[in-house]
Amino acid sequence: MQQILDAKGLQRTINRLAHEVIERNKDLERLAFVGIRTRGEYLAHRIARKIFELEGKQLPVGVLDITLYRDDLRGRLDQPVLKSTEILFDVKDKIIILVDDVLFTGRTVRSALNALMDLGRPARIELLVLVDRGHRELPIKADFVGKNVPTAKTHEIRVLLQEIDGDDSVYLVNHDRKKE
Amino acid sequence: MKLQNRHLLGLEGMSKDDITLILDTAESFKEVLERPIKKVPPLQGKTIVNLFFENSTRTRISFELAERRLSADVVNFTTSGSSVAKGETLKDTARNIEAMKIDMVVVRHSSAGVPHFLSRVVKANVINAGDGLHEHPTQALLDMMTLRQKYKTLEGLRVCIVGDILHSRVARSNIFGLTTMGAEVSVCGPATLIPRYIERLGVRVYHRLEDVIPHIDVLNVLRIQLERQKSGLFPSLREFHRYFGVTKEKIEKAQHPITIMHPGPINRDVELSADLADGPHSVILEQVTNGVAVRMAVLYLLGLSN
Repeated sequence: MQQILDAKGLQRTINRLAHEVIERNKDLERLAFVGIRTRGEYLAHRIARKIFELEGKQLPVGVLDITLYRDDLRGRLDQPVLKSTEILFDVKDKIIILVDDVLFTGRTVRSALNALMDLGRPARIELLVLVDRGHRELPIKADFVGKNVPTAKTHEIRVLLQEIDGDDSVYLVNHDRKKE
Repeated sequence: MKLQNRHLLGLEGMSKDDITLILDTAESFKEVLERPIKKVPPLQGKTIVNLFFENSTRTRISFELAERRLSADVVNFTTSGSSVAKGETLKDTARNIEAMKIDMVVVRHSSAGVPHFLSRVVKANVINAGDGLHEHPTQALLDMMTLRQKYKTLEGLRVCIVGDILHSRVARSNIFGLTTMGAEVSVCGPATLIPRYIERLGVRVYHRLEDVIPHIDVLNVLRIQLERQKSGLFPSLREFHRYFGVTKEKIEKAQHPITIMHPGPINRDVELSADLADGPHSVILEQVTNGVAVRMAVLYLLGLSN
């Protein structure tokens, strides 16, 4: 298990992402965050808090549960528990920053895009991820990336956040025993 | 998380965990029902047949809405003018459904045990939408969901089911579900309309509303079927109303608010007075809204279990 980001590094990455978001979106009025459950939610809140510190403006943050839109819902031995989507603002004509912890195959993002479209018609959706680990299976690309990490398919990126894991850290876990 | 059984035949024997999973999932679906686009894709490509051998508008519409909102394809089958009227047996009807590659069957029938029989002869998931005098599990689940929203927990909640308990599958499913969830359940009605030995299901029996009202939080008022009067089980509707009709005067004796529930359709001023049905403690319309959410939860959890 190799540490990629420690608590300080993670905070710096989040700070940089917040700067990038406001740099590229001058019109803060239309900006809103949507975090994908579970860790995307907390990341979205942290970035929004940083933007509040920088600009004095509280941007709306919503939470998206993509369970109903997953393409692997059928045939799973263990059904994921369905939770609510909590987006308390109108997504119509908003610029939505979709937030997730790790970008891998792109299937989660595909589900999230469909789920968002069913809530209304945003003006634009941009994707923000903490870690991009490659191995895309769909034509999806992030607009804001915290860290690019080259990985093998046997690797796992483990993101820990204070809010649920009690620690801020990102690890690369190698599941291929022979090489370790 | 997954349900223990691939059919929903009744609440008898269903675990607390399974009931909780259904109720939690239903809460998430309630949020979907408040969206501008009330449709989500999890049952896309699944075909569901609603087999209603007994008339019911409300339950069928509720199931049909739930099915369509999960993006399933829906076929409705009612007995009038169907093959059943032409003398087809239940088994043949089931075999034919099987041959048409249906994924789920929602069935209502005037005989107890029909859903159980179907679950043995077809591969589809079977959901009981009411079988004879036996069970009506989705009604009890939506009742429990409504109460859980209001009281946060069902543990220790005092619920009395009043009216024609003998002919009520709603009462039976509620008794099974509520007792499993830790509620205190009682029934109240004329002796002729209370089944013998019902205490064995863990409920207390009352024959006077006045005796039970001070000790409860919730009254679930059952519909009195007007045709029962002809069978001589109670003398007249007027007399039934006088002794077992739930009215404001009787409720006020409790000196604390009592939540009023009714599975519908209401006979106004027979089993329940109109002012209570429309009053501030009535949750009757919440029950209807929750009905769609609970049925979505059941269809979703069973439909993805295979």
